[in-house]
Amino acid sequence: MRDPISKTARTMQPSGIRKFFDVVAEMPEAISLGVGEPDFDTPWHVREAGIYSLEKGRTFYTSNAGLMELRQEVSNYYLRKHNLTYDAKNEVLITVGGSEAIDMALRAMCDPGDEVIIPEPCYVSYVPCAKLAGAVPVTIPLQEKNEFRLTPEELLDAITDKTKVLILAFPNNPTGAVMEKEDLEKIAKICVEKDIFVVSDEIYGELTYTGKPHVTIASLEGMQERTVVINGFSKAYAMTGWRLGFVTGPEEIISHITKLHQFAIMCAPTTSQYAGIEALRNGDDDIEKMRESYNQRRRFLVKTLRDMGLPCFEPYGAFYVFPSIKHLGMTSDEFATKLLEQEKLAVVPGTAFGDCGEGFLRISYAYSMNELKEALSRLANFINNL
Amino acid sequence: MKEELLRLIQNNARIDLKELSVMLGAEEAAVANMLQDLEQDGTICGYYTLINWDNTNEEKVDALIEVNVTTGREMGFDAIAERIYKFDEVKACYLISGRYDFLIILEGKTMRQVANFVSSKLSPVEFVSGTATHFIMKRYKDYGAVLEQPKKDEREKMSF
Repeated sequence: MRDPISKTARTMQPSGIRKFFDVVAEMPEAISLGVGEPDFDTPWHVREAGIYSLEKGRTFYTSNAGLMELRQEVSNYYLRKHNLTYDAKNEVLITVGGSEAIDMALRAMCDPGDEVIIPEPCYVSYVPCAKLAGAVPVTIPLQEKNEFRLTPEELLDAITDKTKVLILAFPNNPTGAVMEKEDLEKIAKICVEKDIFVVSDEIYGELTYTGKPHVTIASLEGMQERTVVINGFSKAYAMTGWRLGFVTGPEEIISHITKLHQFAIMCAPTTSQYAGIEALRNGDDDIEKMRESYNQRRRFLVKTLRDMGLPCFEPYGAFYVFPSIKHLGMTSDEFATKLLEQEKLAVVPGTAFGDCGEGFLRISYAYSMNELKEALSRLANFINNL
Repeated sequence: MKEELLRLIQNNARIDLKELSVMLGAEEAAVANMLQDLEQDGTICGYYTLINWDNTNEEKVDALIEVNVTTGREMGFDAIAERIYKFDEVKACYLISGRYDFLIILEGKTMRQVANFVSSKLSPVEFVSGTATHFIMKRYKDYGAVLEQPKKDEREKMSF
């Protein structure tokens, strides 16, 4: 029999960390700081809007691009929060979470051989999605000494004649790093000069703790016309299971992403879209409450890790802390495996997010204070017994 | 920081000073001073515990009582309220809009005790012209907290 599997799928590396995840799942006594989703429930008024749409029998497909009412709310959102104008009709697409948007955007923008620059550590899907699009992923190992921000020098070094797209993902999973306006301006200048497009994954954009609101690179001079912004409801409104995202950009790009989305997906789940309208319309206060709580736990976690002797740059975004374990003479994998065996505590080794994550751990603070305290006391115990 | 501190301890008054200061990103002494000031100026009026007495053997019954009053030249709402809320049995007393003037929350050991309070103490207060008593049969949610068993974390233990 011929190989039923394509070479692309066959040669794609599965995420090495899956095995570790499976071990954790089989260990009911283990506690975890390994989740990548909020601990809050979706606010009730949002859930209620979803329920109400079901009661009304709104169980049909929506238009491919998503409910016009929802796209209009997305457009309002960017105007309200970033002073950016997106035409709801032609420049907004509702997707099945940010994940679909990443895949579709890269497929729509890349030809075989095009290079996609991906700063690491980063979310696990960028490299595989670039490959699925036929493109060549070019990774940049970001440096802890730069607080895992992308510097103009690093970007210039990675650019070749074939570079087409830069993926920016700030606030960042797994590092918690942010890029502030001054950082982004330098990157934007290079992108304009070198005619590079940006796919900016801003799914954690509402979760920053610098005291200043998140700045999207699309709002910088010359950038809106060359930036696709990926966003969604999962992190900001605690709606991971609803699978709802949105992508905005110039009409030329969005229309082609919409075409691919139409063939692959048809449309995002209708119930989720109705809930999304309510979230964008009346959810700003929910975000504030959750952000305040995350920020309190973030401060607690950073302080406690540092007190334990784990060096840890101050992460100003998302809900992750990325401490270094380099001085302990173990790899991230060894550390995570032993920690699980000895203390029944699961964390994600930094290497799950790229080779340059070696020597780091991703620790999530999407947990209650009581859970964090218990987990951190286990971690301290482990380190003291090394 | 003041409002953030208050929001924090409103939901959990037992966080110790050290933890509070870390969570707020402030010095312990600064938080201690702020708490002291807030207690002294009457912003923080007390630290209480939310108890679901239904889980105990203690007999308790709560009632909401709507009260109508007739105000007079020498007897405004504030003065009448004082005559009512000074009774120890009255846990809360509010001036409200609508058909009644006051809403009070009364705590007693038995329904008879509450009934006796209304008939022999509350109604005879001068200027009280009428009452309507509602016994609380079940408390589902109080002070923003749902009174049930703590919820289980249903998330996958690990995710990207």
